[in-house]
Amino acid sequence: MEMEGGSSLGSGGAVQPISFPSWRQRVFYKFTQQNLSACKPALSPTLVITLFLLMGIAFVPVGLICLRASENVEEFVVRYDIECIPENYRGNKVAYIKDETISKRCTLSIKMLNHMKAPIYVYYELDNYYQNHRRYVKSRSDKQLLHGLQLNDISSCLPVESHNGLPVVPCGLIAWSFFNDTFTFHRKALNLSVNRKNISWKSDRDHKFGKDVYPFNFQNDTLVGGGKLDPSIPLNEQEDLIVWMRVAALPKFRKLYGIIEEDLDADELLTVHLMNNYNTYSFGGKKNLVLTTSNWLGGKNSFLGISYIATGCCSILASILFALIHVKNPRPQREPSCSVWSRKSSSR
Amino acid sequence: MASERPLLDLSPRLPPPAADLPKPIPSSRSSTRFRGSLDRINFAPEVLGPGAGAALRYGSRAESSRSGASQKDIPDEDARIVFINDSARTNSRLEFAGNSIRTAKYSFLTFLPRNLYEQFHRVAYIYFLVIAILNQLPQLAVFGRGASILPLAFVLFVTAVKDAYEDWRRHRSDRIENNRTALVFSAGGYFCPKRWKQIRVGEIIKILSNETLPCDIVLLSTSDPTGVAYVQTINLDGESNLKTRYAKQETLLRAPEKQGIAGLIRCEQPNRNIYGFHAHMEIDGKRVSLGPSNIVLRGCELKNTSWVVGVAIYAGRETKVMLNSSGSPSKRSRLETHMNRETLLLSGLLLTLCTVVAVLAGIWLGIHKSELDLAQFFRKRDYSNNEDDNYNYYGIGMEVFFRFLMAVIVFQIMIPISLYISMELVRLGQAYFMIQDASLYDEGSHLRFQCRALNINEDLGQIKYVFSDKTGTLTENKMEFQCASISGIDFSSIKDLTAVDHSIHSVIVGDQYWRPNMTVKTDPDLFRLLRNKRDTEEGKHACDFFIALSACNTIVPLVIDTPDPAQRLIDYQGESPDEQALVYAAAAYGFVLVERTSGHIIIDVLGDRQRFDILGLHEFDSDRKRMSVIVGFPDKTVKLFVKGADSSMFGVVDETKNGSIIHETKSHLQAYSSLGLRTLVIGMRDLSREEFDEWHSSYEKASTALYGRGSLLKALATNIESNLEILGASGIEDKLQQGVPEAIQSLRQAGIKVWVLTGDKQETAISIGYSCKLLTAEMTQIVINIDSKESCRKRLEDAFVMTRNLPGMEAAKTQFALIIDGSSLVYILETELEEELFRVAASCHVVLCCRVAPLQKAGIVALIKKRTDDMTLAIGDGANDVSMIQMADVGIGISGQEGRQAVMASDFAMGQFRFLVPLLLVHGHWNYQRMAYMILYNFYKNSVFVFILFWYVLYTAFSLTTAITEWSSVLYSVIYTALPTIVVGILDKDLSRKTLLKYPQLYGSGQREERYNLRLFMLTMVDSVWQSLAIFFIPYLAYRHSTVDGSTIGDLWTLAVVMMVNVHLGMDVFRWNSITHATLWGCIAATFICVIIIDTIPVLPGYWAIFHIMETWAFWFCLVAILVAGMLPRFAAKAITEFFRPNDIQITRELEKFRNINDRSSSSEVAMSTFAIHQQQQQQNDSRDFVL
Repeated sequence: MEMEGGSSLGSGGAVQPISFPSWRQRVFYKFTQQNLSACKPALSPTLVITLFLLMGIAFVPVGLICLRASENVEEFVVRYDIECIPENYRGNKVAYIKDETISKRCTLSIKMLNHMKAPIYVYYELDNYYQNHRRYVKSRSDKQLLHGLQLNDISSCLPVESHNGLPVVPCGLIAWSFFNDTFTFHRKALNLSVNRKNISWKSDRDHKFGKDVYPFNFQNDTLVGGGKLDPSIPLNEQEDLIVWMRVAALPKFRKLYGIIEEDLDADELLTVHLMNNYNTYSFGGKKNLVLTTSNWLGGKNSFLGISYIATGCCSILASILFALIHVKNPRPQREPSCSVWSRKSSSR
Repeated sequence: MASERPLLDLSPRLPPPAADLPKPIPSSRSSTRFRGSLDRINFAPEVLGPGAGAALRYGSRAESSRSGASQKDIPDEDARIVFINDSARTNSRLEFAGNSIRTAKYSFLTFLPRNLYEQFHRVAYIYFLVIAILNQLPQLAVFGRGASILPLAFVLFVTAVKDAYEDWRRHRSDRIENNRTALVFSAGGYFCPKRWKQIRVGEIIKILSNETLPCDIVLLSTSDPTGVAYVQTINLDGESNLKTRYAKQETLLRAPEKQGIAGLIRCEQPNRNIYGFHAHMEIDGKRVSLGPSNIVLRGCELKNTSWVVGVAIYAGRETKVMLNSSGSPSKRSRLETHMNRETLLLSGLLLTLCTVVAVLAGIWLGIHKSELDLAQFFRKRDYSNNEDDNYNYYGIGMEVFFRFLMAVIVFQIMIPISLYISMELVRLGQAYFMIQDASLYDEGSHLRFQCRALNINEDLGQIKYVFSDKTGTLTENKMEFQCASISGIDFSSIKDLTAVDHSIHSVIVGDQYWRPNMTVKTDPDLFRLLRNKRDTEEGKHACDFFIALSACNTIVPLVIDTPDPAQRLIDYQGESPDEQALVYAAAAYGFVLVERTSGHIIIDVLGDRQRFDILGLHEFDSDRKRMSVIVGFPDKTVKLFVKGADSSMFGVVDETKNGSIIHETKSHLQAYSSLGLRTLVIGMRDLSREEFDEWHSSYEKASTALYGRGSLLKALATNIESNLEILGASGIEDKLQQGVPEAIQSLRQAGIKVWVLTGDKQETAISIGYSCKLLTAEMTQIVINIDSKESCRKRLEDAFVMTRNLPGMEAAKTQFALIIDGSSLVYILETELEEELFRVAASCHVVLCCRVAPLQKAGIVALIKKRTDDMTLAIGDGANDVSMIQMADVGIGISGQEGRQAVMASDFAMGQFRFLVPLLLVHGHWNYQRMAYMILYNFYKNSVFVFILFWYVLYTAFSLTTAITEWSSVLYSVIYTALPTIVVGILDKDLSRKTLLKYPQLYGSGQREERYNLRLFMLTMVDSVWQSLAIFFIPYLAYRHSTVDGSTIGDLWTLAVVMMVNVHLGMDVFRWNSITHATLWGCIAATFICVIIIDTIPVLPGYWAIFHIMETWAFWFCLVAILVAGMLPRFAAKAITEFFRPNDIQITRELEKFRNINDRSSSSEVAMSTFAIHQQQQQQNDSRDFVL
């Protein structure tokens, strides 16, 4: 039988005058004939077993390290939204929080359980607060935060967009609902300083919030949603606002309040004076104060460690299972006799 | 290169025919082409004619029947009236189309609306348009304006650019075409050049030799005194041989320059039937009827004729060629049909998700009703305008409704829009590789594989039935004269010509040798008989036999220059390959046909040039199944030569004379046809003076008759073709194409049933069946050739019982072959017996249908298509296969000897039958598995994404916030994940070409739909739910107690899902070549880059988030955990199935991988020749793998 037409490249030097096709032509020919050199991974039992085993061996120690890192983190959470309401107002928390004549001052005493190493991060934690609600997330104007009054199109800020014909700066629900509880810490009657600088992202301060945008008419409306801002300080220095404007991903979230740069000893008594201004009572939200140290992996969270260990264990288990099956009941590999057509014809 | 020269001008003019012989009569001839081949003859009644197959496509049956019955009147309201040489009057009543053509679809102004209108024929686009419009409503605005329209706009834009480019090219070619010039008779009384686009109906046009016709014209006169013109119709139907057209005698001598010409033509309205034409011409008060042989169509080229003059009747878009230039029929692939089923399931899922979200949102709003006024994150009340109004809140009912619509917008990519584009691109790529494939390249004709339909590539991998034509498909349709039986003597011991002296069959013209273009093997005995014993009775018979072969045909000799000035080649042009073979054979024996005009032929009889007058010619028709010619010999005798199929010839033979010769000839014919040869019988009768005169006068009368001329001529022919003396019979071999037996065997091993449908006789069909290994000696043949319905039923029932009731073991071992002929099928098809036939045929391994008409071929395909879900493929080369090709799921045209009708109707076209094996087994398999995987993967990748969005929605008070930025959502299916699936869909190969050809059984995976079915779809969806859970909840749980903001975790989810789906794809890739690596990793890198770019825009909320998160270890740990945990179940499942229940493909992959190590030297697939290797292995495998 005669050789096929165009495939004479490899063998048919005599047929074609080009006996030495260039590298480029050869590669192109291979390409058009779908013969590019390729690696063909195939799952042989040994490969599968080793892969599972290696994965397990790698994952379990990593998981242990993560778990250990998480355990080294000291975390202290205290809920204060109920405690900080006087007994007689417990029945009507909303009335209490809305009444501006009542002082919102409140004092918490915290007894440290373990030693905490500086830096200690102070967070406030809100729960059942849907900062990720679509109405809420959309109600902001990033352009206005950067450019201030130069920008007139603030339709995205509805329903808090203008006051007396002028755009509210900063506009939108997010800014309007600015969190305004404050915390001061005392240690044996001595003021414990909390560093409130650099709690926001530097990138936000430099490029996202304008340095000549002043909140001159902020929170002037009849309905006050949250904290007020000092009109004389430009937005890029209002770090609490900057933190608040980074809306949280989940309904329970923490936001950084400040950093205590001193170690706290175990059994030490800490007094927190706080202003319980912020209204979470109208929708049943919770407020916590969180003191925590940190490590290379973040805060206290054993999940990553556990998940690594679990995955690793599963892999090792799978590899053992496969190995057992392979030893007990090996399938003849590379035998065409196993194929369906052979089985069919042999069964005849 | 050799140039064609009109032979007529070169040859020395012979004196005019002797005065005592009547003038030859070039008459109007029937349009039916004489195929000579029995394949074409038997079942081509005139109504269907050669264009019969086309009848389905080229217009109504009424149209074609009208062309047959030439004497019916055309009612005025249906007629187009053309005043010759008076275009103003012609166009006064109704403006006929001008001659400018327009193949371009759009103009500058109409492009946008028309193109958009065409694109929106896709339902999916309308879905996305509706969603984009919904998104514009302020209450529903989920995405920004730009982001919501971008994907649709992108897709529309890409398609529009492609369409615009194609249209621009059409515009350009239109312009060139319209500005060509032709000679048009002007008012000044002479012919002057005019642009094609200005030619109008009714004008008189003069065409010179080798020019192309600008419009459809009725011939008025030609340079030939008898009014013959030769045209080449290669642009019209691809047939390269010359066809003859005739000018009417009435107009022949009227040159418009001298006498002027006036009259009117009443013709039918423009139609697509290129083989039919029906008109009358009224000239000088006489009414002349016109048929298809009197018109020349646009696109034809004038050959061998120095000029013709004709009147334009159809111009521009009304010409037959333009009416025929519609695209190939659109078919939809099986996989796509299934895909629509799954798309419906997905829309169900989408609606479920949306309902869940809407209902939960309603419940949430209901519970928190009282709190929403003041809750900072909701703030239902709007105090800003000092009105106590609700802000953007319309009550729970409306909120639920809006949430539902918003959910549809957010989850829209559950229905993958990109899949439609990806599929088209993948098919384009697959088509490119099929076209480029060297093993589908026909060296002989230099033809590449052609993909005419771009949307059924993957169907090639699921074929279960192949219906094949025989002539030209299994065989080469290059007829070769093999043997002759002359007056009862068999001459079949042929030797190669080279042994004999060349000069013998060369004609010496001046100082030149003219030789036939093709050499034929000759029988030395016969040769000697002709040379030395011409005076004996036998010698005379032999002489007459060969003169009959040279004369009784419609072949036109053409002389071609060769590089050697002393030598020229005679090329015989004709419409029937059988006739060509016979004329070449006659030439080889020394009877060289040198010249043919309508009045005479010149034959070089053994070196002695003689002129024979053609006094009359009865063309072939399918009722008589023979043709005849009345020849005036130089010695003034008149003889009638008849040539035809044996069945028709023995009826008109004078049995009283030479009974033994008839007997001998019959037995020889039997022997020839059992060898697979095509046979023709040649008869002769001496006509006496009286007989001829009688015939001549009735011929005159018949051909000028106004009504029933066709039947009069037929009766005349039947009358004179009687009492013949048998001269002999010829056997012509239609050689099997290279590699056909092997190809058929491979196809059958692949589980494909091969049915052969042929017009040949039963014996010929069976012998071809044996020679191409379709039939084997062990097979039990069930033959059905019966002429009544009742006995058909009986026979079918018997056959069915037979296939069922063979005792136990026997039944499995015995193979049945059903051989059925066309006359039986008449009683079976389209009656209740179809069901019976189907039952029998389904249990037979081989089905051979002989003597079937074109429409019966389609009927048989429909028989299978209607009753099973199996995919059918029809392959053929001739016009008679067109209906079958269009009926089958996949139609393949062989671009062979019989023109391009089949190719034009086909979905794929190629040069050789054997290419079917690499096409189906290799490309079909690849295409199917690639496309199947790609569809599943696209469903998977989009649903993973949607599920991630859905999980997040559950944590946002069901308010449909997305953590993933809207731009990432949009780019997800455009940039992040689109390219790798396309590249894998084009390039990935599960098995190498070599392996697939070695084990044809692997084709079964496509037939069993192993790669795409509901079960796989469900598994994929379950997998996608698991992976989305891993992607969503690992970061969720890891960042639960942190300060993480929406954009940051959104970036993590974006990157995780993109890496996940790409790694998933990577895990399923069979072959990693450089391109796969580049796109897969490139896409992940591109995603990182895109996310980074999005996060460096200060006015977006997510500014710089990606940099912050990438600094933390937790991010990277999360990514790794997601990928591993997400992939683990799939990987384990894959390993388990490969371990315990491997399918054929997996086993063969192991084989391929580990065996190749040993024979690396031969594994360079480049050097591989499909068949050479295939054959070697075939022999090894036969015994081992597929013993039946």
